[in-house]
Amino acid sequence: MNTFFQTLIVGLRLGSIYALVALGYTMVYGIIRLINFAHGDFIMVGGYTMIFTVPVALRLGLPAWVAVLAAVVVCSLVGIGTELIAYRPVRKKGTNMTALITAIAMSLFLENLAQAIPSIGPNPKVASQIFKAGGIHIGSVTMEYTTIITLVLSAVVMLILYAFTQKTRLGRAMRCVSEDKAAATLMGINVNSTILLTFGIGSGLAAVAALMYMAQYPKVYTTMGSLLGLKAFVSAVLGGIGIVPGAVLGGIVIGLVESFTTTYISSSMADTFVFLILIVVLIIKPAGIMGKNVGEKV
Amino acid sequence: MLEVKDLNLYYGAIHALKGISLTVKDGELVSLIGSNGAGKTSTLHAISGLLPISSGSLTLDGRDLRKVHPNKIINLGLAHVPEGRHVFARMTVEENLLMGAYIIRDSKKIMKNLEKVYSYFPRLRERYKQLAGTLSGGEQQMLATGRALMTDPSILLMDEPSMGLSPLLVKEIFSIIQTLHDSGITILLVEQNAKMALAVSDRAYVLETGKISMSGPASELANDDRVRKAYLGA
Repeated sequence: MNTFFQTLIVGLRLGSIYALVALGYTMVYGIIRLINFAHGDFIMVGGYTMIFTVPVALRLGLPAWVAVLAAVVVCSLVGIGTELIAYRPVRKKGTNMTALITAIAMSLFLENLAQAIPSIGPNPKVASQIFKAGGIHIGSVTMEYTTIITLVLSAVVMLILYAFTQKTRLGRAMRCVSEDKAAATLMGINVNSTILLTFGIGSGLAAVAALMYMAQYPKVYTTMGSLLGLKAFVSAVLGGIGIVPGAVLGGIVIGLVESFTTTYISSSMADTFVFLILIVVLIIKPAGIMGKNVGEKV
Repeated sequence: MLEVKDLNLYYGAIHALKGISLTVKDGELVSLIGSNGAGKTSTLHAISGLLPISSGSLTLDGRDLRKVHPNKIINLGLAHVPEGRHVFARMTVEENLLMGAYIIRDSKKIMKNLEKVYSYFPRLRERYKQLAGTLSGGEQQMLATGRALMTDPSILLMDEPSMGLSPLLVKEIFSIIQTLHDSGITILLVEQNAKMALAVSDRAYVLETGKISMSGPASELANDDRVRKAYLGA
């Protein structure tokens, strides 16, 4: 029973990291119908930003996690820059396929650029301790502080995001642009700046995910975003790409599948099962768990 | 007053609008009739900045619309009810209406306009919580119209409001257009249903393959032999 709860906790922790990254994929997809393959690499950008800023925070007598604020800003700017420099010009002239290939190029560009920067280089860097070590013991189940913070922080971030999209003027504008750009323009919404805002928020979430990931696996390297990003993308698709609550659900499901497979079957089978689940769900429900193929009445 | 002068618009190599000129004076209801592909929708899209034009002038009360960013045109008092309604399907009826008032910051004014729209369209009040995508075609048309009225526009562009509606609903929509016109809103109406459009309009323009072929008082056009043959099925 203890193993079960421990596995559940690990799955939820992993799942909330996937969920945060999946939100970035799904928000961008929702607004411009583009799978932003560079999104996983924004995690890496966030990771390195923290590698460089954690020591600064500590020197200033601040807790290490404060460095995440710098990472959020840097990731948001990189996201906005990517849209401005690469995606927007391509979208104006090319097709969806052109934009998709640009996204793949952007991903490889970021990874290789990072490697070429002398202070980053090809060798992994080890992050310092971000949250306090240790944890709470409930019976023989251990909840590490890192886990508690990860679960609470991701829940808070997701609730804020939900309230933002549902209740605020800008959030509503984002939903309008994702549904119908021409109609949004007629309402007086500036479509281009709303898209930039979406990139900013989605990429900022990647920085928060990077913090949680590093708190658990303190190794940062230039391709760290590839598999993590891919699994988060799978989460978004599983939940129903373009649907915000779907990304959260998908992330949690993938996290749990991975954790339970590791514990009860074999750790080397974990990723196999993750992708197997994806294929099965998509065969049964191609639009994802929460996706609906509602025909619009005309 | 809305003034369109010598408007030219291309889709790639296709010359879609060939020197269109038209005016809509304050308080007038002017309709633009013509068959499919004549350029009616393109004309409206050019006016509200959704399509770039290659030459010509567009002015609203003397202001050059070409110099206004498309999403700022609504600030000049021009609202556009697009063809095919374009409601936000995944938002509720009320959220759609509130989006119509996106440019208004004064919540009292928004509430006042919302009340007014609900009084025009009681059906929307009944369904305020329903997702717009699940409304019937006629209700979606009411919603799209109500959404455009949320800013108290001085001029309304309406694109094929009767499209795809049952004869009963077509009547209802036209009676709403009449009511709006009576309340003093200037309207430029694009319609394939020439008979109904001419019945409610003050003046009309006939558009044929990107050119204005006829214009004049609606009652005169309704009695013109060529119009009757081509558009009124008589």
